[in-house]
Amino acid sequence: MQNETSHSSATLHGVLLLMAFLIGCGTQPAQQTGSTTGENSPTESAIDAATGDAMPRAQTVLKVASTTSTRDSGLLDILLPEFEKASHCRIDLIAVGTGAALKLGEAGDVDAVLVHARSAEEAFMAAGHGVRHEPIMHNFFIIAGPTNDPAGAAGTDAVVALRRISEGKHRFVSRGDDSGTHKLEQTLWQKLGGRPEWDGFVESGQGMGPTLIMADEMNAYVLTDDGTWLKQSQRFQLVPLVSGANDLENPYAVMVVNPEKHPAVNSRLANQFADFLISEQAQHLIAGYEINGQRLFHADRLAEESSE
Amino acid sequence: MIREGFQEALKLLLRLDEAVIDAATRSLWVSIVAVVFASALGIAIGLLLARKSFAGRSVIVVLFRVGMSIPTVLIGLLCYGLLSRRGALGEFELLYTTWAIVLGEFFLAVPIVVTLTHGAISRLDRRVFETARTLGAGAVQRSMTYLREARLAIMLAVLTAFSRCFTELGIAMMVGGNITGRTRTLTTATALETARGEFASGVAMSLILLTIALFVTLVMALLSRGTEEADL
Repeated sequence: MQNETSHSSATLHGVLLLMAFLIGCGTQPAQQTGSTTGENSPTESAIDAATGDAMPRAQTVLKVASTTSTRDSGLLDILLPEFEKASHCRIDLIAVGTGAALKLGEAGDVDAVLVHARSAEEAFMAAGHGVRHEPIMHNFFIIAGPTNDPAGAAGTDAVVALRRISEGKHRFVSRGDDSGTHKLEQTLWQKLGGRPEWDGFVESGQGMGPTLIMADEMNAYVLTDDGTWLKQSQRFQLVPLVSGANDLENPYAVMVVNPEKHPAVNSRLANQFADFLISEQAQHLIAGYEINGQRLFHADRLAEESSE
Repeated sequence: MIREGFQEALKLLLRLDEAVIDAATRSLWVSIVAVVFASALGIAIGLLLARKSFAGRSVIVVLFRVGMSIPTVLIGLLCYGLLSRRGALGEFELLYTTWAIVLGEFFLAVPIVVTLTHGAISRLDRRVFETARTLGAGAVQRSMTYLREARLAIMLAVLTAFSRCFTELGIAMMVGGNITGRTRTLTTATALETARGEFASGVAMSLILLTIALFVTLVMALLSRGTEEADL
């Protein structure tokens, strides 16, 4: 028996060696993810950008890692061109999951990180990966669900809603991808003393858009950021049940990657970018941004906003 | 990162990580089922296209060839439209099940099997056809002869279809939904690990996928050698 195991592990080693050879002949592991859905392909360009530094650049480029939900909100389409114009630069936006965005910052593959996961941001700063952390804006998560609301979640706060959903064993679709949204959900479960297991609880392991589609198809409850929700909700049968609750606040911040760890990062431009995001001009753009007639973000650095 | 990926892959394999085994068996099951169905249909169509002449045949051949290039995301989208609650097959509630992935991968595999089978049989020595005809064999018998003569190339067609299904991501993500423990495959797990920033785990998942692909290839190679020797 022992003989057999050692034999099979020797085979395994041979196999892995052969694969090492095969991969060594290829250029980058990113090729394996090359055929992924749009969400992941930016990783590839991040790696390209990281290795492409030797190429002469006609223009300064700021590489910013952010989350797909931030990109999908459409706000950056308004903010980034303003900064590009003012600073005569080009921004390469790499929209990935929160975890991946922070990893790109940690590895020095990007110059700035724009995310919404406060505890992960604090860890990032504490580990010395970032030199500057600026809160920019916040919005609220929403719990959406079936119109007949069998759990009675409407009008409560998130913790109560989740408790009722789990107690009634109603369907709930979780992101399950360590994204900012998923991290918030986990915090909420912790407040309830841990998430109970039940059959209707499903983990999509995907971005917000596909997860919403799944929840809608399953007629299930779902925790979503309001940006993605507002963009897509016309197609859905689900309705928002919990919104604007205090335990569903979603704060965004920008972080400048530490140039001492990664001399190649463009921290001068990254600092300008942070300055821009907290400037009055950008803050007004943020406060005025609407989707389908609804304001999406509350600007953190405007006097008239903070009184709300 | 690649070295970390290797270490991670070894660790996951050696301790027979439950989630990995789960995703790997699902990947295998889904692509094998899809390829079995696709092969049954695809080999028949390929044979027909190679041996029967009728109007518009070359157009169909070309269409199947182009079909080999359909992006998996598009197949995923079309299957989603079909299986969605609001879709034509919505009442069967197949969306976000492994059967949904099987259906998508079936559409992915059929053009490959058809095109490669058609090519294999068209390339057979003319004498094979003449001999079969002069011996007065029936249609079924003749077909079996052609398939036997072209079996290595057809096996390669099936293997190619399997590789494509086993490694595709778009369909599994879109209509499978990457649901933990239910529809997660090795490729959707890789995508998830990548999105989470766990790059080494992502590489590890793909290495495990490649290992399985290697074993399948070896088994197929042994099988085809076996048939050759048996004939000698």
